[in-house]
Amino acid sequence: MYKTTYHRASSVDEAISLFGKSSEAKFLAGGQTLLPVMKQRLASPSDVIDLGKIKELQGVELSGDVLTIKAATTYYDIMTNADVKKVIPAIAHLTSVLGDPAVRYRGTIGGSIANNDPAADFPAALVALAATVKTNKRSISADDFFKGLFTTALEDGEIITAVSFPIPAKAGYEKMRHPASRFALTGVFVAQAKSGEVRVAATGASQSGVMRVGAIEAALKANWSPSAIDGVSISANGLLADIHGTAEYRANLVKVMAQRAVAAAG
Amino acid sequence: MGVEGIGARVVRKEDKRFITGKGRYVDDIKLVGMTHAHFVRSPHAHAKVKKIDSSAALDMPGVVAVLTGQQLVDDKVGNLICGWAITSKDGSPMKMGAWPAMAPETVRFVGQAVAVVIADSKNLARDAAEAVVVDYEELPAVADVHAAIKSGAPQLHPEAPGNQVYDWVIGDEGATDAAFAKAANVVKLDVTNNRLAPNAMEPRAAIADYDAAEEHFTLYTTSQNPHVARLVLSAFYNIAPEHKLRVIAPDVGGGFGSKIFIYPEEMVALWASKKVGRPVKWTGDRTEAFLTDAHGRDHVTHAEMAFDANNKITGLKVKTYANFGAYMSLFSSSVPTYLYATLLSGQYNIPAIHAEVVGVYTNTTPVDAYRGAGRPEASYLIERLMETAARQLKVDPAQLRRTNFITQFPHQTPVIMAYDTGDFNASLDAAMKAIDYAGFPARKAQAKAQGKLRGLGVSCYIEACGIAPSKAVGSLGAGVGLWESAEVRVNPVGTIEILTGSHSHGQGHETTFCQLVADRLGIPISQVSIVHGDTDKVQFGMGTYGSRSAAVGLTAILKAMEKMEAKAKKIAAHALEASEADIVIENGEFKVTGTDKAIALPMVALAAYTAHNLPEGMEPGLKESAFYDPTNFTFPAGAYICELEVDPGTGKTSFVNFVAADDFGRLINPMIVEGQVHGGLVQGIGQALLEHAIYDANGQPVTASFMDYAMPRAEDVPSFNLSHTTTLCPGNPLGIKGCGEAGAIGASAAVINAITDAIGKNNLEMPATPDRVWRTIHAA
Ligand SMILES: Cc1cc2nc3c(=O)[nH]c(=O)nc-3n(C[C@H](O)[C@H](O)[C@H](O)COP(=O)(O)OP(=O)(O)OC[C@H]3O[C@@H](n4cnc5c(N)ncnc54)[C@H](O)[C@@H]3O)c2cc1C
Repeated sequence: MYKTTYHRASSVDEAISLFGKSSEAKFLAGGQTLLPVMKQRLASPSDVIDLGKIKELQGVELSGDVLTIKAATTYYDIMTNADVKKVIPAIAHLTSVLGDPAVRYRGTIGGSIANNDPAADFPAALVALAATVKTNKRSISADDFFKGLFTTALEDGEIITAVSFPIPAKAGYEKMRHPASRFALTGVFVAQAKSGEVRVAATGASQSGVMRVGAIEAALKANWSPSAIDGVSISANGLLADIHGTAEYRANLVKVMAQRAVAAAG
Repeated sequence: MGVEGIGARVVRKEDKRFITGKGRYVDDIKLVGMTHAHFVRSPHAHAKVKKIDSSAALDMPGVVAVLTGQQLVDDKVGNLICGWAITSKDGSPMKMGAWPAMAPETVRFVGQAVAVVIADSKNLARDAAEAVVVDYEELPAVADVHAAIKSGAPQLHPEAPGNQVYDWVIGDEGATDAAFAKAANVVKLDVTNNRLAPNAMEPRAAIADYDAAEEHFTLYTTSQNPHVARLVLSAFYNIAPEHKLRVIAPDVGGGFGSKIFIYPEEMVALWASKKVGRPVKWTGDRTEAFLTDAHGRDHVTHAEMAFDANNKITGLKVKTYANFGAYMSLFSSSVPTYLYATLLSGQYNIPAIHAEVVGVYTNTTPVDAYRGAGRPEASYLIERLMETAARQLKVDPAQLRRTNFITQFPHQTPVIMAYDTGDFNASLDAAMKAIDYAGFPARKAQAKAQGKLRGLGVSCYIEACGIAPSKAVGSLGAGVGLWESAEVRVNPVGTIEILTGSHSHGQGHETTFCQLVADRLGIPISQVSIVHGDTDKVQFGMGTYGSRSAAVGLTAILKAMEKMEAKAKKIAAHALEASEADIVIENGEFKVTGTDKAIALPMVALAAYTAHNLPEGMEPGLKESAFYDPTNFTFPAGAYICELEVDPGTGKTSFVNFVAADDFGRLINPMIVEGQVHGGLVQGIGQALLEHAIYDANGQPVTASFMDYAMPRAEDVPSFNLSHTTTLCPGNPLGIKGCGEAGAIGASAAVINAITDAIGKNNLEMPATPDRVWRTIHAA
């Protein structure tokens, strides 16, 4: 690791002001992505501003039809939260199959979506549930937030403060784990909103990051059941291919995981 | 046997320090004035090193020196050696290019060192290493064996035209051809044995400390065989004569073969410590482990098996291409030859065998022995062939094996090995019973009703352990003898130190070796300690690999114990005024048989050291040593059966049951044996389902981190069902065969046989990743 200066911010305002004062600062949440990258000397921020201890970025709130998860809440805290388990159990399940225990104890929802790894789990949940990303400046819809591989709508120095999820009628997430990293080789989040709208998002599949799967959405809109997807065919064009999975295999997984997610959603 | 004697499940003595974080590994050692080394490594698979500019690095804070490959040459430090000479079928010796510890002219794999920075801290060394500017001229590279032997392929070493190290044969070609000419059926199979990265938990490390006044070096290193390291470092590398070089291998966190070999880094550390006049420490990180620890396996094989009309095997033909990587590592040449082809008879009566092995250079990390070393490759091939044959001949796979089992011992195979004993039917019976073989078809049908493809796979392995009779390996080209040495020191108060040339890096010697002493003397193991891993303390040793520590190392201890006991009995007889022949040893006492006269071990020891009243002419002291050279290999064998399910939607495999029935001869500590089997099975399953060290066509590694290289995790493997069917090894007095590698040797064929059974397609390469299985299921 190169030399860096560590700051522990106690409020979002303080974090922003520290960011403004340093030449090349990075926010730090769970550190599960940023620290390995720094240790490998692939990133060399002059300053690291820790958001992990900021009170206003911690916790889960349920009000009316909206579940809000603050940005620095860890996967473990999300997974074990009673409200999450009650109103969107698919999110509790998603965190339970994310990474390994060490990653779950440290990693945060804010860090996950800010990083927008094409194989991360949370982007699929945000897109399928039509969530809203709250920052210190504005609200951004999930559809507008994710901009392709490792790219988001966030501006330099903008801090995610929370993510709000409308509570769905039904939701499910199934994931084929990457055998080495435990990221999603392909994961599919299916959701039926209380309005009846159906949204399906796949992660780990597309070369341009989290993607909606229109053909499956249409099939499920007509008939919310795993068998509704039987006739759908997913093209391998534009899908990721690597030593752990060909594009054709991922296309198959999009379909199979969607069917299993619908079964899990009930 | 007693509660702590042979056969007792004694809890491991060493675990207290390991589990509480009190182990002392090389990286835990800090010497006064110590510097830190960081290597500058090639990012290219093949390139000329045109110029190295160290000037900017030398100006950086804390930098003590920047040393290059050319300086090694100037100082006449020797190249790395390969210690086993193989002769090609045309009579020519194997063809090898030089392997300098740091490349002065040409780099041949990604990760090969070209320079080293020595600095006051690890981080400063790393900072400065980034400032060393190396001017490379890239050359075309080749990573794949078949591509490497094609005409026009990039050439690695001028000494080895066509990238061919050797073309070696074993067996009787004429007799084999004749068997095939008369065969009723011939079964053919192409298999790849995937390349693996060993991934010991502790990365390699070294600290070199040069004492200028004494002209003496001390090297702390992660070695499975510190004496062999000293021998090679002094005899071939011109670093120091043996009496001026002390090698210490303290606690070592796993080796699996990868820590047998002498690597560039420890040589450079020694040389550099003299140059800079301060101790030099190098600790590899995980990336360096992936790039530079010798890899394992990497064979491509075509094999054919001939059967008569009664399904008896009449002949076997094998042609294997072995990928050695860019250089010939210390024992690499022996792995695909004498450790592989000599086991091609498996557990079967095969009258004629002919095998040809072509060793090939490629622009990849060097390949050498890895848990099993050659024997997993042989066993996998034979057991895949047997399963393929059963499918083709439409006979039950277990029955086909029984039809061909060797049942008379000793048995001379056509490929050198003479099996001493075994009972292959007994282990297969035990495994079939444990898995309820007869009930499988019903379970398969039931799984099918639930949309799952269930399969069962058998693997009957045999291996050769306890290496090895020195004369035999010498005649086959080995540069060393493979005996073991031991010393028993009884202290004046009766506690005992056992000095052994074996080296424990996970095997539990500190417990099992004490159990032998406890068994013979009837004393608690707390009164015995094991000393190993230091060339200044232990007279000599060949180290630990090839499941040899119990069969060879413990037998050496037994020999030394017998000498010590003989002398102690004389002292006891003298003190008790009895005849030496009447003395028996029981519960820590020397007793006159049939009487109540006795003298305790501490009193005998004290008498030996006070020497006030010893038998006439006896030397004082109670310390004996022995060298033991085995008379044959030992032949652990067994039957593994795996039952699993494949999810046709995803191609993912889940285990239902895995049974292992092994014959290891006598077990010293069944709990430790089970641990060895568990670890081996997990490595075998890892090879079958997950692990693969992959290079792209240009020789760039694509699996150089745990984010890409899939190691087995606890959730990837089943709970194992183990049992033992024992035939005692006649070759050593304890009847031990060895258990360290069996799991890794036998497991992968059981897994692949089961998956191919489940999906109804015979051809499937390892690792059987979900993607690969799914594509195989859906292939036309
Ligand atoms: C072994 C391993 C396995 C993993 N497996 C999975 C998996 O299965 N699924 C999965 O989804 N992920 C997985 N991950 C990634 C993990 O989820 C990361 O933790 C996550 O990508 C980043 O979250 P973090 O809190 O650790 O963020 P950090 O590493 O601290 O930060 C990541 C990036 O986000 C920025 N950032 C963090 N918080 C904010 C904020 N509030 N506002 C603005 N920017 C912010 C940081 O500046 C940084 O650029 C794995 C990681 C590892 C090491």
